[in-house]
Amino acid sequence: MALLTFKGGVHPPDHKELSANSPIKEAKVPSQVVIPLSQHIGAPCQAIVEVGQEVKKGEMIGEPTGFVSAPVHASVSGKVVAMMDVPNAMGRMVPAVVIENDGKEEWTQLSDNPDYMNLSPDELREKIKNAGIVGMGGATFPTHVKLSPPKEKPIDVVIINGAECEPYLTADHRMMVETPKEVIEGLKIIMKILGVSKGYVGIENNKPDAIERMKEAAQNEPNIEVVALQVKYPQGAEKMLIKAIVDREVPAGGLPMDVGVVVQNVGTAYAIYEACRYGKPLIERVVTVTGLGVNSPGNFRARIGTPIQQLIDEAGGFTNGAVKVVLGGPMMGFAVYSTEIPVTKGTSGVLVLSESEYVSSEKFSSCIRCGRCVDACPMGLIPSMLSILSEKGFYEDTKEYNIFDCFECGTCTYVCPAKRPIVQLIRLAKSLVKR
Amino acid sequence: MAVAKKEHQLIVSVSPHIRSEETVSRIMWTVSLSLLPAFAMGVYYFGPKAVYVTALCIIGSLFSEWIVEKMAGKELTIRDGSAFLTGLLLGMNMPASVPFYIPLVSSFVAVAITKQLFGGIGYNIFNPALVGRAFALITWPRAMTTWLTPTASFIGMDAKTTATPLGILKEEGMHKLIEIFGDKMTLYTKLLIGHRAGSLGETSVIALLIGAAFLIYKRYITWHIPISFLATVAVITWIFGGKEGLFTGDPIVHLLSGGLILGAFFMATDYVTCPSVRKGQIVFGIGCGFLTALIRLKAGYPEGVMFAILLMNCFSPLIDRNLKSRVFGARKEAKK
Repeated sequence: MALLTFKGGVHPPDHKELSANSPIKEAKVPSQVVIPLSQHIGAPCQAIVEVGQEVKKGEMIGEPTGFVSAPVHASVSGKVVAMMDVPNAMGRMVPAVVIENDGKEEWTQLSDNPDYMNLSPDELREKIKNAGIVGMGGATFPTHVKLSPPKEKPIDVVIINGAECEPYLTADHRMMVETPKEVIEGLKIIMKILGVSKGYVGIENNKPDAIERMKEAAQNEPNIEVVALQVKYPQGAEKMLIKAIVDREVPAGGLPMDVGVVVQNVGTAYAIYEACRYGKPLIERVVTVTGLGVNSPGNFRARIGTPIQQLIDEAGGFTNGAVKVVLGGPMMGFAVYSTEIPVTKGTSGVLVLSESEYVSSEKFSSCIRCGRCVDACPMGLIPSMLSILSEKGFYEDTKEYNIFDCFECGTCTYVCPAKRPIVQLIRLAKSLVKR
Repeated sequence: MAVAKKEHQLIVSVSPHIRSEETVSRIMWTVSLSLLPAFAMGVYYFGPKAVYVTALCIIGSLFSEWIVEKMAGKELTIRDGSAFLTGLLLGMNMPASVPFYIPLVSSFVAVAITKQLFGGIGYNIFNPALVGRAFALITWPRAMTTWLTPTASFIGMDAKTTATPLGILKEEGMHKLIEIFGDKMTLYTKLLIGHRAGSLGETSVIALLIGAAFLIYKRYITWHIPISFLATVAVITWIFGGKEGLFTGDPIVHLLSGGLILGAFFMATDYVTCPSVRKGQIVFGIGCGFLTALIRLKAGYPEGVMFAILLMNCFSPLIDRNLKSRVFGARKEAKK
């Protein structure tokens, strides 16, 4: 069968070989964790602990202040030693709770549910909400909100996103290889909550072992289909994934639920299973630490709040040529200026680029209208024109070229031979144009 | 032991953090390389004069780029290969017999006026090499239409001149053309190999196609413009090209003669001056083909590729504006 895909896209070298075969290792539990109160899209949490207070592992320390919000929990047991502002991946300062680890690893009271599949959709949704689960692919949208579609938007398909189309990253890959059953169980819970009878797992074809393991895990599930996708960035973007698997186009400006689909990331499905089965809140996640800038790349299960420096050390530390640290993948991740930034719910990878992988984006020339970005744009836009209009300050005119359909995947910028900062110019115009 | 990294040593920039290896200069030098077989055939048939004329065009182009950028205080870009390519294309579009000042002045018109004065690379409306050639043709009509007989002898001293196949076709018709070349098959073969009078780089169809195939294989150009261009010329010349009524024209002669192959694969596909969206490129190609056939069959000139492409260059922005690619998820009713 031909591999499923969408129109456009690019094939950057994926460099997954650096960490694809490293089994997930438990990262060392740090002596102190820094847990930001805002790790999701939506309203930040309100701290419900005070300096000096003892907390247990899994205890809620920040409570949501709105519907589109998610609680945060202590990832170690110990004492709250400070409340302070720390930079997040985007470099913005956010309030955080600092907990000193007492090394006892004492859990708070968890509610074990061997019979979780008999819970009602509302009960399951509540468990997911209380566990503070958010989209773990990087978007960090609160999951319970995504699982509460309005009545006028009936959902008939759930897709687990195992594309992992960002180069370098292998966290989802390893989870599908090592814990396929749990991921499938997570999918079944989502299907139950939404009352959906068709579930898919979409995996890029560069992960044959993951496809095989997931197929095995789903072999007794007639409603679940594991499908192989063409290797192409941005195959894992929700709209592209839905187009590839069920051939539906999310309307411009719309959401997946407008075409009856809900997409969840592999890591999120795993967290959903843990929350419903064991009542475990989201206090750890799998992080790929990779790039030629670290000595021994690998995948680590790390507590939320672990400073990324510690993960870099566990991956053998910086090499001499390390120049850039990126949280997430190289196409959409954020370069950070400090390695004291903690791992959060959305940290899928810590990518350390070496001099040999680093490309300066300082020098660029004028657009030669070669059309490479036009061919590559998964949204069918004309990025070259958008970049020229933005560069010249004609921000309002960019609306005529559908600027708000751009989801900033960076494909255009990747292919541009003139090395133009196309997506950056688009972001600039977006921020200056009135919708 | 792990190397400690101080905070101020980390580079921070916005995503994406990786870039493809393609660069503007790599594109320009690769296209220049793909023209080499055709240029070599030109040298084979027209002798050292072909090298001389082309070299003058390249030197003139590079000098023009340098002098304008120097005067304007802009960054020097002569190494990006773009001016070199313009010079090479201009040279290949000239008869090998032109006196030295024609290549020099035309390349100045091409690079200094058509390209640099409009803002440099990426901002020119017209294909620089073709404007240079159009200027030369209008200014020195005699010199620009005096064609050397292909000799295939490297000394090339007997500077005999002759008419081009398209010129013969226009003035005297198909019979005369077949008579001169012997028979139809010989005519086709000689046109294919390039054993005929014409601009020094346009004659060898086979060498040009090798270069074009290389560019298509490397995905530097796509089929959209050349094929729609060639198909349109073929259809129109077949229907209206014959003297004995409709559908008696010889499209093969039209496809193999003049600057059509060079124009369709290497000049009409110039990134800057053609539309960027595939749909628009097909419209552009059809427009070029229509104008070429119209000029060849009905206008004063035997050849029309150059003017056809230049005229269509004017429409590129309009085509791009009106034939945008379909936006993903665009609502059906919005398409009305």
